Amino acid sequence: MNRKAFFAMLARDAHVARRNVVALLFQTFLQPLMFVFIFGRVMVGSGYMPPTYKSLLLPGIIAICMVGTGIWAVAMPLIAEFQFTREIEDRLLAPMNISWVAIEKVVAGTLQSLAAGFMVIPAAWLLLRPGVELNVPHPFLFAGVAILVALFSATGGLALGCSVPQNNIGLMFSLVVAPMIFFGCTYYPWSALNKFPVMQKAVLVNPLVYASEGLRGTMVPQFPHLSLLAVVCALVFFDVLLLTTGLRKFYGKAVS
Amino acid sequence: MLAGIRTRELRKVYESAPPMAAGAGGLTFTTPKAGSKGKQPKPQVVALDGISLDIAPGEIFCLLGPNGAGKSTTVGVLTTRVQPTSGQAFIGEHDVWKEQVAVKHLIGVVAQRPNLDFSLTAREILTFHGAYFGLSSHERAKRAEALLERFKLTDRADQMVRGFSGGMMQRLSIARAMMHDPQVLFLDEPSAGLDPQTRLLLWEIVREYNQSGKTILLTTHNMEEADALCQRLAIIDHGRVIALGTPRELKASVPGGFLLRLRFGVHSPDLLQRLQSLPGVREVQAKDGTGADVYADRGGSLVAEVANLASAAGVELHDVHISEPSLENLFLHHTGRSLRE
Repeated sequence: MNRKAFFAMLARDAHVARRNVVALLFQTFLQPLMFVFIFGRVMVGSGYMPPTYKSLLLPGIIAICMVGTGIWAVAMPLIAEFQFTREIEDRLLAPMNISWVAIEKVVAGTLQSLAAGFMVIPAAWLLLRPGVELNVPHPFLFAGVAILVALFSATGGLALGCSVPQNNIGLMFSLVVAPMIFFGCTYYPWSALNKFPVMQKAVLVNPLVYASEGLRGTMVPQFPHLSLLAVVCALVFFDVLLLTTGLRKFYGKAVS
Repeated sequence: MLAGIRTRELRKVYESAPPMAAGAGGLTFTTPKAGSKGKQPKPQVVALDGISLDIAPGEIFCLLGPNGAGKSTTVGVLTTRVQPTSGQAFIGEHDVWKEQVAVKHLIGVVAQRPNLDFSLTAREILTFHGAYFGLSSHERAKRAEALLERFKLTDRADQMVRGFSGGMMQRLSIARAMMHDPQVLFLDEPSAGLDPQTRLLLWEIVREYNQSGKTILLTTHNMEEADALCQRLAIIDHGRVIALGTPRELKASVPGGFLLRLRFGVHSPDLLQRLQSLPGVREVQAKDGTGADVYADRGGSLVAEVANLASAAGVELHDVHISEPSLENLFLHHTGRSLRE
């Protein structure tokens, strides 16, 4: 690896993110915070949802925010840069192995995803308060899970960004991202699916389930959640799988 | 360190549509070869079919050929973006495929299609490119300023490139390729879409860059550009080198130099045979039924004699087109097709 080239690319991504910060903030936070407001505030305030739902909802919203940000931050530029603007070519010709260009994208996406996660906590907390009972007994475990979730989002973005043609971006969101969110145990705990045993098993192929349950288990462990060991193992598995798939597809697109 | 370019029997066969790395928009697929029983035959295209070149350090070398000839694929192989099916390519002493990072230090590349970073300003594009190559921030700023000035982009330096015209983008692409002062500069169709004034500026800059000992490989299907700029050139077609030498040598290698393209009212093999016997005529090629390409060492003065012969044979002469010695004639002579076809 050429450290100078790698960090110059990270600096480039940070520079572009800074330049687009307002649009980025709206894109990252508007939808989840509206969801928090309607479900956590309006529905709970009017008695349709129990007050405890606020605490249950928050980790799921953080998971959506982190995963959405990471996928968007990596996949969208890759789709455009490979197929439309071709601007990635300049970075592919930088004096380092081509795979490091993809890894740089994953690092940048992971950092953006973590930033989104940590920024949505106080924003959602402000919207939901009072009544949110966050309880982080193991901060290092929480940080570890958050990093694995962010990494999953960025590696997922890499794999998707190198697989989806430009004219199918809409389809990517309606066929992959939307079902992943709705069947990702974000708005409800996995245990709530016990009335639907087939679905409860089927959703286990969805990595977002482990992201939501992992954050739930480390932030609001008073609610039922999947075993944290299983969560960590599953997230590591998906991170490695998506990274290797993404790197292979990236290489296939970069070199013919 | 001065660096040249060498290739040995480069072959590249695509088994699916070439992706962007090849930059080979002009390639067309050949008829699918018969596959094994029960399997869908894969469409194959032979983009390079044994290209061997020796380009000396400090040379301006041109690959001339029509769209789809294999020019961009050759550049793709030499710039680490296309894996050759067989054969070898070297930049300086480095094997392009095995020592990619060392090669990338030595080369600058201007792609056929603009690939500027749309999220950055013109100046940032140059400075970030410099940063990828490890230049210090002071050096980056200094070089970017000088290149913006040289390419007449100073007044737009701090604007986003999204709104730039095609010519400005092309100038900036070339400036970016020169930013890290590469030993070998690849320019893939650099003057496509440029106005004549910008083209002249580009030629001037290319010559100037070459004077500092840098090797330049450019591809073009513009004969005027090849003639004006290159010290040596290779004419390629269907992935093969069909002629190689200085523009002067190559032009001299066309029989006679002049080309008369004739069209008659009817096909007359007898007339074509008589044309061959006219003084100064070197070669006669029958074309498209009623036409003939006559290679000769004189042009206009031959027309009256051709007309007389045709009249004597009772054949009407419909059209005559005379071309002076040119690379276009050379290409036509070797392939029977125009460079523009």
